[in-house]
Amino acid sequence: MTMTLLEVSSLRTSFATRSGRLGILRDVSFAIARGETVALVGESGSGKSVTAASILRLVEAAGGRIDAGRVSFEGEDLLSLSPARLRALRGGRIGMIFQEPLSALNPVQRIGDQIAEAVRLHRPLSRRAAWGRAVELLSLVQIPAPGLRARDYPHQLSGGQRQRAMIAMALACDPALLIADEPTTALDVITQAQILSLLAELRDRLGMALLLITHDLGVVAGVADRIVVLYAGQVVEQGPVAEIFAAPAHPYTRGLLDAVRLDTLTPGTALPEIPGLVPPLDALPAGCAFAPRCGRADARCRSAAPPMPPGGARQAACFHPLPAPLPGGHAA
Amino acid sequence: MAGAGTLSAAPAARGGLPPLLRRLLQVVPVLFGIATLNFLILQLAPGDVVDVLAGEAGAATPETMAALRQSFGLDQPVWLQYLRYLGQLASLDLGHSYRLNLPVRALILTRLPPTLLLMVSALLLAIVLGSLAGILAARQVGGWLDTLLSGVTLLSYAVPTFWLGLMAIVLFSARLGWLPSGGMLTIGASHDGLALLQDLAAHLVLPAVTLSTFYLAVYARLVRSAMLELHGADFIRTARAKGAGEWRITLHHAFRNALLPMVTMAGYQAASLLSGAVLVETVFSWPGLGRLAYEAIRTRDLNLLLGILFFSSILVVIVNIAIDGVYRLVDPRVAPRARRA
Repeated sequence: MTMTLLEVSSLRTSFATRSGRLGILRDVSFAIARGETVALVGESGSGKSVTAASILRLVEAAGGRIDAGRVSFEGEDLLSLSPARLRALRGGRIGMIFQEPLSALNPVQRIGDQIAEAVRLHRPLSRRAAWGRAVELLSLVQIPAPGLRARDYPHQLSGGQRQRAMIAMALACDPALLIADEPTTALDVITQAQILSLLAELRDRLGMALLLITHDLGVVAGVADRIVVLYAGQVVEQGPVAEIFAAPAHPYTRGLLDAVRLDTLTPGTALPEIPGLVPPLDALPAGCAFAPRCGRADARCRSAAPPMPPGGARQAACFHPLPAPLPGGHAA
Repeated sequence: MAGAGTLSAAPAARGGLPPLLRRLLQVVPVLFGIATLNFLILQLAPGDVVDVLAGEAGAATPETMAALRQSFGLDQPVWLQYLRYLGQLASLDLGHSYRLNLPVRALILTRLPPTLLLMVSALLLAIVLGSLAGILAARQVGGWLDTLLSGVTLLSYAVPTFWLGLMAIVLFSARLGWLPSGGMLTIGASHDGLALLQDLAAHLVLPAVTLSTFYLAVYARLVRSAMLELHGADFIRTARAKGAGEWRITLHHAFRNALLPMVTMAGYQAASLLSGAVLVETVFSWPGLGRLAYEAIRTRDLNLLLGILFFSSILVVIVNIAIDGVYRLVDPRVAPRARRA
């Protein structure tokens, strides 16, 4: 936590809907240090991808609007950048990969050309040199026969190879930050593990920071340094992975963790789940957004939103945080 | 992951024939059907070339007319005429135009280049301007430019071609005197080289623009909707995330993909473009196939008409085979030996 690379503070993003503007991010704050891996976790619709898209201001092209907040990257305020400077950062200092690599790659262009384009958009290289760099990047992401695969079209590669090609494209200009928006969701379990270990390896080798967006806490455990838990467009808890896994403070985080700790289950019992549904963002409860689903909620939770305590490595926005477990105690 | 290359060999060689040859063989029964339909439908039309010849001569005895019919073979039963027609086609002979006293094939071949020139110019114009209009309209949906272009394309979609042609002549030839009203070259002015090209271009402008308006509207709407559909595509977001500018995204990524429906449409339109050429050539007295067909109908020159119809169907078939080839160029996913993972 020495040098802050990216700092997102009080970010609010909204989208236009038929019934007026809908706030998707309602005050999101977190930071990433150089070389650090932060996992942004939460259920579908919690605002993870919108957060990622807001950092590079990609929400604007998708009909979204950043209403308030600050995103500062290497000391620059991304929200007030000129279009040219913003384009230089996108794919330059900040790389991004997406969930579904088949649709995220242009179907009618060769893999090599798409990677070379990412190179040439930021560096004054000849076509030939950029192609060479593309092949080099494909071998960096451990695609066999990179010279041949560069000539392939996306539909000719397997799902794992496509995601590797996407990673190669995002790494084209040695970014300081790689944003990975659910990079393994569309892949089978074996390939997921391969892609994750590749990401971790590249992160260590290239010394870049990684923002890993996922709904899968299993993915987080092995790769991330810190976790940021998002619920209904707000950060509800954040802290180092080991501490949060050992002792979640927010009941929602606890629910998420219980849902993946299948090793503690006895066969024949029902799978653990968080009761109820994520509230629709246009009909949020008055107090804590999680209160209607929370066993610990009381009248106070239902009337006032718990604030995020300032500072500190561990934070949880909850009036009744879970106590740290007793030594040797078992999650009941 | 390494297994991706092993599935490659299978789909290419099925049936043993090269794909193009197989395609051409598939076309034979289609052409046979077209020839038969053409023949039968034209038999239903009243009157024949002898009636017209007699009318033009001013006077003819029934004996002369009978003799003419006999010499043209028109007195024979329909089925015999049909068999003879098929026999001719099989030997690539399109017969003889009794009215113009020339072989039909020679007539068609001299009239083909002007028609091709007109069709290709109109199609290019429609594709280029239509794409431009579609791209611009899609950039700001509901904006003033979109509204304006939608209005203009709707109008050019709805206005009848021949009427537009006549109005263009009235305005640009009669009133303003900017462009010639008809023909392909200035009669009597024996230009050569650059002057000849200029003369040809000046004559081409009005008919080509007139013929293209309808198709221009079709392409504009097609490109607009294709671009809008691609607007939210994942790979467009990827392009943006790697730092591409909006124009680069529009042209290099989105429009490149919008070409796919356009190529499909161009194949469908080959036939209607040819029939559109009949109207435009007639209005602008453009010496092409369409005008020849019109003359053939007017004078009941059935041999000539059958020849043109048959030739046109061959032309449409060839264009469609060519479009398939183009499609493989613009979309690698339909390439015959595409390796799939």
